[in-house]
Amino acid sequence: MLPPVLGVLFDGIAYGMLLFLLSVGLSVTLGLMNFVNLAHCAFAMLGGYVTVSLMNELHWPFFASLPVAFLAAAAASVVFERTLYRRLYRASDLDQVLLTIGIAFVSVAVAAYFFGTTQQPVDMPSYMRGSFDVLGLNIAAYRLFLVGVGVVVTIVLIGTLEYTRFGAQVRAAVDNQRMASGLGINVEHTFAIAFALGSGLAGLGGALAIEIVGLDPNFAFTYLVYVLIIVSVGGLGSIGGSFAAACLIGISDIAGKYYVPELGAFLIYLVMVAVLMWRPAGLFGRR
Amino acid sequence: MIPKSGNRLSDKIMRPQDAMSLAGAPSQPQEYLRSLSRWHPLEIAFWLATLLPFFLFPTYLSLASQIAVAALFALSLDIILGYAGIVSLGHAAFFGIGAYAAGLFSKFVWGEPFSGLLIAAAMAALIGYLTSFIIARFRHLTLIMITLGLGLLLAEAANSAGWLTGGSDGLQGVKIWPVFGYFKFDLYGTTAYGYSLAVLFLVFLAVRRLIHSPFGLSLRGIRENWTRMPAVGADSRAHIRKAYTIAAAIAGIAGAVIAQTTQTVSLEALSFERSADVLVMLVLGGAGRLYGGLVGAIIFMVARDQFSGIAPQYWYFGIGILLILVVMLLPNGILGGLAKLTARWSRK
Repeated sequence: MLPPVLGVLFDGIAYGMLLFLLSVGLSVTLGLMNFVNLAHCAFAMLGGYVTVSLMNELHWPFFASLPVAFLAAAAASVVFERTLYRRLYRASDLDQVLLTIGIAFVSVAVAAYFFGTTQQPVDMPSYMRGSFDVLGLNIAAYRLFLVGVGVVVTIVLIGTLEYTRFGAQVRAAVDNQRMASGLGINVEHTFAIAFALGSGLAGLGGALAIEIVGLDPNFAFTYLVYVLIIVSVGGLGSIGGSFAAACLIGISDIAGKYYVPELGAFLIYLVMVAVLMWRPAGLFGRR
Repeated sequence: MIPKSGNRLSDKIMRPQDAMSLAGAPSQPQEYLRSLSRWHPLEIAFWLATLLPFFLFPTYLSLASQIAVAALFALSLDIILGYAGIVSLGHAAFFGIGAYAAGLFSKFVWGEPFSGLLIAAAMAALIGYLTSFIIARFRHLTLIMITLGLGLLLAEAANSAGWLTGGSDGLQGVKIWPVFGYFKFDLYGTTAYGYSLAVLFLVFLAVRRLIHSPFGLSLRGIRENWTRMPAVGADSRAHIRKAYTIAAAIAGIAGAVIAQTTQTVSLEALSFERSADVLVMLVLGGAGRLYGGLVGAIIFMVARDQFSGIAPQYWYFGIGILLILVVMLLPNGILGGLAKLTARWSRK
């Protein structure tokens, strides 16, 4: 029996929200500084492991560990940004790709050293485990929570970017870096904050992802591909674009797994290549 | 957004090798190309040294054979990445196509190795030619993403086509006849290394000729400035298409050699890890240098062999640190660093 279309749609959107949290930071980084950060998911993985350690070792409640995951990933990213990344802002794509792949490789090995290569178990609070029926549609509480978080984060991000002074500085820097610094905006400073914010969101995404997709040291690479797909399909530096692309990829992935499981991940790669060939700058890209 | 290519340091500064050969610039262009293609004594020493494993490390010949294949694969990437400046994260696609073509050919037609190589090269070149029309249209991040996407697409396709490729179990039933009807592929890898080394050397001679031809020079021109080359009569896109097809064919040959010498093909031949590994090897040795991929492959494979013996899961740590160090300290790879050192030394 085929599962109802609405159920697939709901699961797809919940999954898409997760992917959105993981990828929106990279979209901003790429759009703002043109920096290809392939270690982005390593920060997400850090968030995941922080949550796991806090919950399993110190018995923190799940919700209390989420802000710490955010902060840890943001703090770690600032350290890397100040020491390594900033030296390569003017370097070629290739150098940036190599450096950040190197960092991702190291993160995989470090995670394997401290936590082993097995999946990490987490105990969700009981009220997050259940599900309920709405109009004949079975909705898992956790997935509903994910959709809620995704929507809230999107609203907060768009609000910040559109209506605050910081947001105006970021938009100015994305549009024209030289002109922005000419107007007295400290582009480097703006970028450091945006970078930390984006990595923090990735950390939050990594923590939230454990329940849905699990956590092992290969997380840094497995989800990198999804994240890159969303960023390039959505268009660099566009939050709305990332949101739309994340939903598109989330729904195609879940629908593909339900209806044509033999195709595997074929469908999303096809969607990506097709979109990029049609619009090289992504769906909402401006270049 | 500021166009990125204008800011690149590497676009503005010539590679040391170019600068040095221009220092004693012969007036005629043919003379210049000929002076580049003269054999250096170190090159001859290098190729003589590749024979040493037969005598010094007879127990490591299968590793030596894998190194030769990796070097061949890195050489193919060097043509597009090092010389034409196309960053590809999906080059394993052609390695895998070659491996499966050679494996399937031996399984269903016959097991003569050289014809298998030709079929593999032709198949990879065909797919390379078809995709080159896509590749030549894009630059920068979009290009990286498209090469990555095409590579992943092909790996997924091979995974789902289990009836043909054997899926995750690998391709079974590959039977390769002895080379020239005499040298059998045995457990010790003597034939395997001799065969891989011979193929590597022959392909290297061809690539060396290609790089020191006017075509090779225009590829370097495209790397340095994509938009100006058409102004001097070298159509960037047509050149990129040719270079990409040639690189695909060579990667196919490398894949075929690994399929024939190990007599099996696994999905790993198409994986992202293989694309990433070959990139690391090339950059480690020095991209845009004929011997960059070769030296990089030797160091990478020997290091992996040694590290994995101690703790396989921590090999990634070593390779990650290596990458960070190379990017930060040796922008032109090990050979680039050596060239800088010798240039400084000879000036004194």
